[in-house]
Amino acid sequence: MKEYTIALAGNPNTGKSTLFNALTGLKQHTGNWAGKTVTLASGYYRYKNIPLKIVDLPGTYSLFSNSEDEEVARDYIVFEKPDVTLLVLDATSLERSLNLALQVLEMTDQVLICLNLMDEAKKKGLKINAKQLSKNLGVPVIPISARNREGLDVLSDTLLKMCSGTIKTKPYKMKYREEIEAKIIKLEKELSEILGPDYPARWLAIRFLDGDSKLIAALKNKLASNGEGGGVHGSTTALGRSGGGHSC
Amino acid sequence: MDQQQRLDALAAVTPAEELDHIRESIVSNLFQKSRELCSKSVVIQDKNQLYKSEKLDRIFTSKVWGFPIMLGLLGVVFYLTIAGANVPSSMLANFFGWVEGYITLAFTAMNAPEWLHGLLVLGLYRGTSWVVSVMLPPMAIFFPVFALLENYGYLPRVAFNLDRLFKKSGAHGKQSLTMAMGFGCNAAAIMSTRIIESPRERMLAILTNNFVPCNGRWPTLILLASLFMAVGFTGGMHTLVTAFVVMGMVLFGVIITLLVSWMLSKTALKGTPSHYTLELPPYRKPKMLNTILRASLDKTIYVLRRAVKVAAPAGVLTWVLANIYIGDTSILLHFVQFLDPFGQLLGMDGFILMAFIIGMPANEIVLPILLMGYLSTGALTEVEDMAALKQIFLDNGWTWLTALNMMLFSLLHFPCGTTLVNIFKETKSWKWTFVAFAIPTVIAIGVTFAVAQVIRGFGWV
Repeated sequence: MKEYTIALAGNPNTGKSTLFNALTGLKQHTGNWAGKTVTLASGYYRYKNIPLKIVDLPGTYSLFSNSEDEEVARDYIVFEKPDVTLLVLDATSLERSLNLALQVLEMTDQVLICLNLMDEAKKKGLKINAKQLSKNLGVPVIPISARNREGLDVLSDTLLKMCSGTIKTKPYKMKYREEIEAKIIKLEKELSEILGPDYPARWLAIRFLDGDSKLIAALKNKLASNGEGGGVHGSTTALGRSGGGHSC
Repeated sequence: MDQQQRLDALAAVTPAEELDHIRESIVSNLFQKSRELCSKSVVIQDKNQLYKSEKLDRIFTSKVWGFPIMLGLLGVVFYLTIAGANVPSSMLANFFGWVEGYITLAFTAMNAPEWLHGLLVLGLYRGTSWVVSVMLPPMAIFFPVFALLENYGYLPRVAFNLDRLFKKSGAHGKQSLTMAMGFGCNAAAIMSTRIIESPRERMLAILTNNFVPCNGRWPTLILLASLFMAVGFTGGMHTLVTAFVVMGMVLFGVIITLLVSWMLSKTALKGTPSHYTLELPPYRKPKMLNTILRASLDKTIYVLRRAVKVAAPAGVLTWVLANIYIGDTSILLHFVQFLDPFGQLLGMDGFILMAFIIGMPANEIVLPILLMGYLSTGALTEVEDMAALKQIFLDNGWTWLTALNMMLFSLLHFPCGTTLVNIFKETKSWKWTFVAFAIPTVIAIGVTFAVAQVIRGFGWV
């Protein structure tokens, strides 16, 4: 049976590792502070007898090449192409979370959003309209509370439907200022000619425009390893260095 | 390849001087959109509740109250640990002593040879029993309490308070976070230094991480402090003084961290600290039962298992070394006697240095090996209670200076084997791994030597 791969992405300290533990039954160390997870950890679970592999990405505020953990998370989403990228948003500080969400939506269509810490948000007197958010972003939005194990079944259900293609998404793509848009569109056309349909051309165009030299290097690396028959599983340099597990 | 060249041609699409402008424009568009989306789907019902975290932060990270609260909390944690651990420790020790009687009876009934009883019961069993009775209770209290503070969200506030000090010593503010991680496990903390972007500042964090006591060293510090440091006091005062001594050790470790960072940043690792934003997460009420259970089970069992796993073979090895004779002294004693003059110079003895050296793979086993070393040389004290444990030390010529310097050496000495391996993995340099070994070792020797000379010079022991 096909095994699906799910990447967990989100801001630091939004409970990604807690959700990871709740789903996989593993005991990845969790704590209330930013930067707890600095490497990729993966675990497995079965839902309705379908095997799912969950990869816990480092928490980041953006996906520009600012530091090693941002590169690790970004390269995984773009180059390893998980079946679904599960974005964990902090319901108590949605604005900051959405910033990252908009960037991920540019990178891949297969995005599922879960609003974690709904219990905290409620305590803080925040009322969040998940349906409205889902309509605006064009992807499913599931409210959950990972540490109370609330909403996990709905989440797994939706995950599976997305993996099997039953749910089709139409993610919102960021629009930028006119002069930038014009440049993006021109670049996007050239890039999709060069790279074909396997890469998110619009997002890459924005990165080229932004002069993100580390991403360009990673992309060339990836293409070279594919050319040598490395296949889709050839890992990029950034990933290769950080595949280690957690000690302690 | 043609594809690669075409990509290269596109790589410099934006002239360098416009890059900042483009990034800024992209980011501000993103922020705008996030705000817009947020206002469409979020309703704020109670402003007071929303700003509760900010209000608490004004107290916890205030210039006036930040440090006193921090020290107070640390003190409370130690007080609870020390006050709570005594009785269960004695009970466990009693229990193991009682069981030992029956095991010995069984050995006699089976006509087992004397040496087998010595190896298995006097070496292995007694060593392991002491480890469990001495280490289990303090850990079972300390780890859950610490985990509650961590899950509540207090650790980043500690980092925030210490941030200024680290900046002043030329290090990165995030080093306060990796240091906090070191209180759990230095080996894991070395990996966590990846959150520091600048290689210079990351190296500072790696080289100084060892100066905060990890899981494996807490029990040693707490035990020695409670046995030797508050002798003149009884009851509650005794616990209080002990807690103060352990707290003093931690503070001393932090001061050494800052001093070494400062000295390195003025010499081998010159540079100015880079800017960063430290996020203060919201305070969250921890899931009490869950946190307590997970901390006790995961951490306590983990440390204990590691200790017993390494301590059991080490116990056998120590017993064997102590019972194989070259001439009229055992191998162990040869080794100990060789180290003894140096140990005495540092206010300790040859056994203690031997324990630190054999205990290199894991800090958890230093104390067990020391006990086995003492037990194997005739001072065969049965596992009874804490007074009996102290008697073992006293019989081997300990004074409060010995205890103090062993605590200092434990706090400052070379990183454990696992940590060194991780340092090598992260730095990929033999040179820096050696430096990470040498700096703490030199400091540990220097400090204990100085303390021993001063205290003996004044004739206080």
